[in-house]
Amino acid sequence: MAKHKTPLLDELESGPWPSFVSDVKQEAEVRAKNEKGVEYQIPVEVCEDLLGVLELSYNDGETHWKHGGIVGVFGYGGGVIGRYCDQPEMFPGVAHFHTVRVAQPTAKYYTTEFLNKIIDIWDMRGSGLTNMHGSTGDIVFLGTTTPQLEEVFYELTHDADVDLGGSGSNLRTPAACLGMSRCEYACYDAQALCYDMTMEFQDELHRPAFPYKFKFKFDACPNSCVCALARSDFSVVGIWKDEIRIDQEAVAAYVGGEFKPNAGAHSGRDWGAFDIQKEVVDLCPGKCIKYADGKLEINDKECMHCMHCINTMPRALMIGNDRGASILCGAKAPILDGPQLSSLLVPFIKVEEPFDEIKEVVENIWDWWMEEGKNRERLGETMRRMGFQKLLEVTGIKADPRHVQEPRHNPYIFWKAEDVDGPWERDVNEYRKRHQR
Amino acid sequence: MAFVSSGYNPDKPMENRISDIGPRDFREFLPPVIKNNYGKWLYHEILEPGVLVHVAESGDEVYTVRCGTARLMSITLIREMCEIADKHCDGYLRFTTRNNVEFMVDSKDKMAALKEDLLSRKFEGGSYKFPVGGTGAGVSNIVHTQGWVHCHTPATDASGTVKVIMDDLFDEFTGHNMPAPVRIAVACCLNMCGACHCSDIAVVGIHRKPPIIDHEYLDNLCEIPLAVASCPTGAVRPSKVEIDGKQFKTVAIKEERCMYCGNCYTMCPSLPLSDKEGDGIALMVGGKVSNRISMPKFSKVVVAFIPNEPPRWPTLTKTIRQIVEVYKAEANKYERLGDWAERIGWERFFEKTGLEFTPHLIDDFRDPAYYTWRQSTQFKF
Repeated sequence: MAKHKTPLLDELESGPWPSFVSDVKQEAEVRAKNEKGVEYQIPVEVCEDLLGVLELSYNDGETHWKHGGIVGVFGYGGGVIGRYCDQPEMFPGVAHFHTVRVAQPTAKYYTTEFLNKIIDIWDMRGSGLTNMHGSTGDIVFLGTTTPQLEEVFYELTHDADVDLGGSGSNLRTPAACLGMSRCEYACYDAQALCYDMTMEFQDELHRPAFPYKFKFKFDACPNSCVCALARSDFSVVGIWKDEIRIDQEAVAAYVGGEFKPNAGAHSGRDWGAFDIQKEVVDLCPGKCIKYADGKLEINDKECMHCMHCINTMPRALMIGNDRGASILCGAKAPILDGPQLSSLLVPFIKVEEPFDEIKEVVENIWDWWMEEGKNRERLGETMRRMGFQKLLEVTGIKADPRHVQEPRHNPYIFWKAEDVDGPWERDVNEYRKRHQR
Repeated sequence: MAFVSSGYNPDKPMENRISDIGPRDFREFLPPVIKNNYGKWLYHEILEPGVLVHVAESGDEVYTVRCGTARLMSITLIREMCEIADKHCDGYLRFTTRNNVEFMVDSKDKMAALKEDLLSRKFEGGSYKFPVGGTGAGVSNIVHTQGWVHCHTPATDASGTVKVIMDDLFDEFTGHNMPAPVRIAVACCLNMCGACHCSDIAVVGIHRKPPIIDHEYLDNLCEIPLAVASCPTGAVRPSKVEIDGKQFKTVAIKEERCMYCGNCYTMCPSLPLSDKEGDGIALMVGGKVSNRISMPKFSKVVVAFIPNEPPRWPTLTKTIRQIVEVYKAEANKYERLGDWAERIGWERFFEKTGLEFTPHLIDDFRDPAYYTWRQSTQFKF
């Protein structure tokens, strides 16, 4: 018998899509029965009370969670988000309901051995509810009490050999696409770079020293499966510089209908026979592909690296061999000055261990942003306030037409003394010798 | 419920402390077929919606079955995933950035058995535990935030809205019947923890009433200068009020300047702004992140407000269905929603979708607004 009646939430159990309500109910039942004899360290009715408070929100049209208090583990300034219910008497099981962010393995591959280990910890010491995964990429353990935080951390680090993720004005847990592990488009080893930079900057990840949050995301190609250039302050996107490799026989197989275009992504509809002119050549943003006499030619100098031809004919076209990444900076959500995408800073950089060149770019950016950034100002906002030129200056990167979509619309240029010939300070009396008042 | 110590000693917090170890090295968790062919993949094919095969230079193949999940999941469900992975996949599995779980096997036969097993599993309420899909030119799983389940600033729920949208778009998730991939995101407030500002369809929780000022407590709970500085439009200023003969330091809000971003509430718990009638959803469309064909672009607001209608948000799902149907029927192959809208023109977009164009949809926030107005006689009647 459920602790709270939840007629509104019950309506979310129907329909084909996995129902989180059914799942939370299932967890509530498992905890109530406790067939495994778990020594639960937080109230057993936590899942039922979560459904109860959510039902109340479905009635009220308002949330019932308060601002997080300052809770955490000793020595860290992030990784735990305090959360308290604003109706603790009605829902004592979730009166304290803190989140623990756990660092996910890059690209989210798991062994069941590891997963079972960490969920056993969460079974005994938390709500048994999670997010797999949070928006930034962490494993999110939803809901425990303050006394359990150190215990959870101790068991995670000692028994599962895993750390907490980031929160607050820290480096947030970096994330990467699956890159070379299972994708033929990977222009660099996104997982290796992500893991290396995560380990390099553990201090920045756990101890807040920044004006605001800072995110790294690593996409191994311009398809951008982890959305690096929309979702991270420092977006590393794989790219190649040389020629797209062509297998003409495979091109013929696509034209002949032997291979399905776009790896079969359009199989649910009859789009007619594959038309290489219409579907590849005409859609190329660089207008640099020609198909004549059964032969595909690409003028690679004009290639925009959009991936469309490669995506459409993955067995015929392959990324070039001179591979690396572009670095773009400053993406963020609308709070505060409106949404931003990352802006191109480094058109091409080699991605090779120990990745020192890439780390140098980050460190230069941080030195500047930590000095100039206002409280709660994302890098993208500092860039807008101070100007893109400033970012070039602090990173020592030369201006390049690739940095802009077009040159500026006004000549309001902030010239500096050293840019202009002759003395900068001038004597008004000298001036008046030439011009009467 | 006796307290069980992990071994942590609160009197000596540094004793045996392990810190700064980071995540586990991903290399420990790669299935053998993935590890053996790392960086040596030749091509892939989507055999059917939700089922991929990747072929390596060595000739090895890996078959992946992708299943949508609710993101909010219990450890009982994760245990079940582990059982499936132990039974079919030698104890390996992975999750995707869009909240799918992927099971990988090294042969076609194993894949068929795995898929059958996954589709046979349902929750007691009747919904699938592991719907297979989310690939190619279809609707992929929704990236979303916490909503009323666990957040203090939401203007709508996330888990519930995601459930009802995906119930409605289930055939599009399990099929390849769209012109191009459709990426949907739900953010329960403008903080957009899921950064959904570049999605084909973005559902964003918004507030529409100014903060309520808890004068008697504000100065105790908040730093007034921080609350003042938090407002991007300068609508918050320091003030004093007298209540029952007592003076309180507080803030005043110029209501006509407020655009309900909620940033002041983030900084000051004495300025709550949630409200049953005030809160709801803005619907945005036409964003993308991929660099394919066209450049990445922001989503645009096409419906300024849809009320919260829990538990199943019928107006929201109906409006999304309306947009999806027209896009499905009219767009060219490979054309993302935003590229289609730009090709036909936004005036046509509103005509074809039947959505009403209101003054709320014209940008009036800061400089970028001007660049969205039309400085041309090039338009369509």
